[in-house]
Amino acid sequence: MKLELRGITKRFGALVANDHIDLVVEPGEIHCLLGENGAGKSTLMNVLYGLYDADEGQILLDDEVQSFDGPGDAMAAGIGMVHQHFMLVPVFSVAENVMLGHESTRGAGVLDLAGARRTVRETADRFGFHVDPDALVEDLPVGVQQRVEIIKALSRDAQVLVFDEPTAVLTPQETDELMAIMRQLRDDGAAIVFITHKLREVRAVADRITVVRHGKVVGEAAPTATDAELASLMVGRAVELTVHKEAPQHRDNALEVAGLTVANADGQVVVDDISFTVRGGEVLVVAGVQGNGQTELTEALLGLQEDVAGSVRLDDRELVGRSVRQILSAGVGFVPEDRNTDGLVGEFSIAENLILDRTDGPPFVRAGSLQLARRDEFAQEKVDEFDVRTQGIGLPVGGLSGGNQQKVVLAREMSRDLRLLVAAQPTRGVDVGSIEFIHQRIIETRDQGLPVIVVSTELDEAVALGDRIMVMYRGKVVGIVPATTPRDVLGLMMAGVAPESEGEAA
Amino acid sequence: MSAPVTRPAPVPAQETGARTIDKVSWKSPIALGAVLVLYVLLMALAPHEGSARFALSTSRDFFQIPVFVVPAMTTAWLGAGVGLLVTGAAVLAARARRRVPLWWISVYAVFLLTGFLAWAAAGSPRDLSVVGLLSGAVVLAVPIVYGSLSGVIGERAGVINIAIEAQLLAGAFSAAVVASLTDSPWAGLLAAMVAGMLVALVLGIFAITYRVVQIIVGVVLNVLVIGLTSFFYSQVLVPNTEMLNATTRFPRLPIPFLDRIPVVGPVLFNQTILAYLMFVIVGVVWFALYRTRWGLRVRAVGEHPKAADTVGINVLATRYRAVLIGGTLAGMGGAFYTVVSINQFGREMTAGAGFIALAAMIFGKWDPVRAALAGLLFGFATNLQNVLSVVGSPVPSQFMLMLPYVVTLFAVAGLVGRSQPPAANGQAYVKE
Repeated sequence: MKLELRGITKRFGALVANDHIDLVVEPGEIHCLLGENGAGKSTLMNVLYGLYDADEGQILLDDEVQSFDGPGDAMAAGIGMVHQHFMLVPVFSVAENVMLGHESTRGAGVLDLAGARRTVRETADRFGFHVDPDALVEDLPVGVQQRVEIIKALSRDAQVLVFDEPTAVLTPQETDELMAIMRQLRDDGAAIVFITHKLREVRAVADRITVVRHGKVVGEAAPTATDAELASLMVGRAVELTVHKEAPQHRDNALEVAGLTVANADGQVVVDDISFTVRGGEVLVVAGVQGNGQTELTEALLGLQEDVAGSVRLDDRELVGRSVRQILSAGVGFVPEDRNTDGLVGEFSIAENLILDRTDGPPFVRAGSLQLARRDEFAQEKVDEFDVRTQGIGLPVGGLSGGNQQKVVLAREMSRDLRLLVAAQPTRGVDVGSIEFIHQRIIETRDQGLPVIVVSTELDEAVALGDRIMVMYRGKVVGIVPATTPRDVLGLMMAGVAPESEGEAA
Repeated sequence: MSAPVTRPAPVPAQETGARTIDKVSWKSPIALGAVLVLYVLLMALAPHEGSARFALSTSRDFFQIPVFVVPAMTTAWLGAGVGLLVTGAAVLAARARRRVPLWWISVYAVFLLTGFLAWAAAGSPRDLSVVGLLSGAVVLAVPIVYGSLSGVIGERAGVINIAIEAQLLAGAFSAAVVASLTDSPWAGLLAAMVAGMLVALVLGIFAITYRVVQIIVGVVLNVLVIGLTSFFYSQVLVPNTEMLNATTRFPRLPIPFLDRIPVVGPVLFNQTILAYLMFVIVGVVWFALYRTRWGLRVRAVGEHPKAADTVGINVLATRYRAVLIGGTLAGMGGAFYTVVSINQFGREMTAGAGFIALAAMIFGKWDPVRAALAGLLFGFATNLQNVLSVVGSPVPSQFMLMLPYVVTLFAVAGLVGRSQPPAANGQAYVKE
């Protein structure tokens, strides 16, 4: 089935998320929609899927104009979507999730679960993977959950398949497998839209590439285009893809973690007996697929986890068992992985957010009252230093772009006297310009002689920033290896396979 | 489909590697120990010599079971002994990081209860009717079970229903008026269902369409319905009691043959139509929730409304339907007060049963069958106080009136494992 979008425009208030976008996807081709975070890719697909109403423009399938009132209509017309955040009910079984919304019944509304199980098995068999139809979705690894999403779309006879940032949660190996599935679907005649901002994947799988920037189509490219060409098209200027840094100058100060074990509220061990050392003047990147204990590791370092055993010594001071306040005072800077829930108070102003961590005394609080002039002076200084693009420090931080929000977090954390910097996913959901800035600041911090820990799920970032890379899998350390380790070795490590010879023992 | 080009390797299963530490939970041993201490103090400070008479049969039974006569204090201390054993075992289990099984708690409860009853009934000239205790429990559980079903269905769809009390009270009031006017308890029941549904409709309009905080809507509805019914009661019903507030009640409907089985017969098979319907409806709701398309969709919108929306399910309509069905059921429960229990409406006569129903729903982990069982437990606790005042218990009746609420408190405090509400419970769904 041929998909055509003509002049799609979608506005949110003053913001034009999609500005007269045209796109044609032929059956039997993988069409890649490439663009930065916030370029309007997901908005466009939500319009296509009936989740948003377009303000202008038309959707055509096989040259017939469609009008979708909701996702139900889009699905009935043959459009299937594999969502970035899976649209699966965690406590339902695979079969229940697949049948939901188009349930086959044995009369009187009684579910035909046997039929649903058969559908799941048959669809899975076609692609040579196995999914237990009775397994609860919440018990499945994310890679398998994504396959359930694919089965869900295929069981509805989708002819146009949209993959929205599908690789964010996958290991490199799982990514390769996903691409094999996409190619197979294409060879079977499906029209595939692949949304991503990762250049490597685009070139691996795309038949055609459309680049979107600021809600507009800025060009088409062939899969033979180089990374640099695609990146400059995507960002609108030449982009430095590598991070410039000198060889690390090791100092004597260090963060030493020994036997760190963290259990969550259910008693599951999420960080399992981890030991490592980060010396002053080096960056250790904690790599791995999301959800393998990185979050809990960083939170344990800051004292946010409750059930912690083992030892964390920063410059010979024990941090385990201390309060967050004491740990911050000990000189730990912390960039949380989700700035919207943990890093910032969205309704507070930029200035308020910048002093959020130091409201317990002078200089910003005297005799219990805020020193507003001092606060604003400080805020203005930091906004200038960290190049936060804003109309004013009194505006709510929630209104800033992702990149500028992250700069506010970074500015606050770096303005204390630090002895350690922990940055979890510092560039997630951040535009390329801000990524360059943030990377540069992290390297500067390293060069000041601090130990730096960066958590990243993006292999490119891990390799670019790290002096050493520690890969985590299921709460354990698979290995700690130099950043020069080949990507395929790192990829295998992310799937839990320990490296044979490289690196030191964990 | 053409032959696949690549066969992807299977993704490794999640099980391997993940280790768990079982956490020590002292909740059960502490609760069991605390109750035991209170019990022992009561027995030691106010011993009641004499014997207690437990009657298990009624005159209509096929055969008679003789009255059990037990020495009161021996039974009481036996109960304490078993209680101590279970508490000790619970401490050991907690040390070994194991969960205390529900049947241990059941044994503990049965023995302590028997001991307590023997103590309370000691020296009384009247028999303590076990049958009366149990059948009364079923009767009193009726509005609680209907109410808890209302909660279960609404919250499974993601709408918090604090307004069960209001639905019960509106049902009771409407049933009283309509049954009095028409002389038909059936008409009263129908009116109660409509009234419960109307309260649910108001809840739906504010909670689903206008996305007002659901707990606040529920609280306001409770206050509103109490106010409205009290006003109409004193202004309209009291001056016209003959015409508007004197109902014909549903008669008891003994099921021939079955009702004469000792113990079971009078407890289960000599009830009113409302109680029989209750058992049927609990089963139907269970089946509907877990085995039908309707139930799958209701649970989907309560767990992950966006996922339901993306497969073409109308989230708001599904929620409305669930809330309205729930309200109808709670209305039926409300009819209990004025066409089953007594024959007239009284001011605030539901007396918090809606909140107990809410507790039954939580205790029952949002499952209709478990919630119904919890409702029966609360009915039992309420009836215990009635029965004890009949045999002339030494405990002041005002004190015993707290019993159902104390049981509720223990239940909701999570004595029997964690209770996990539907993921999207209480969250209004906003379509972007």
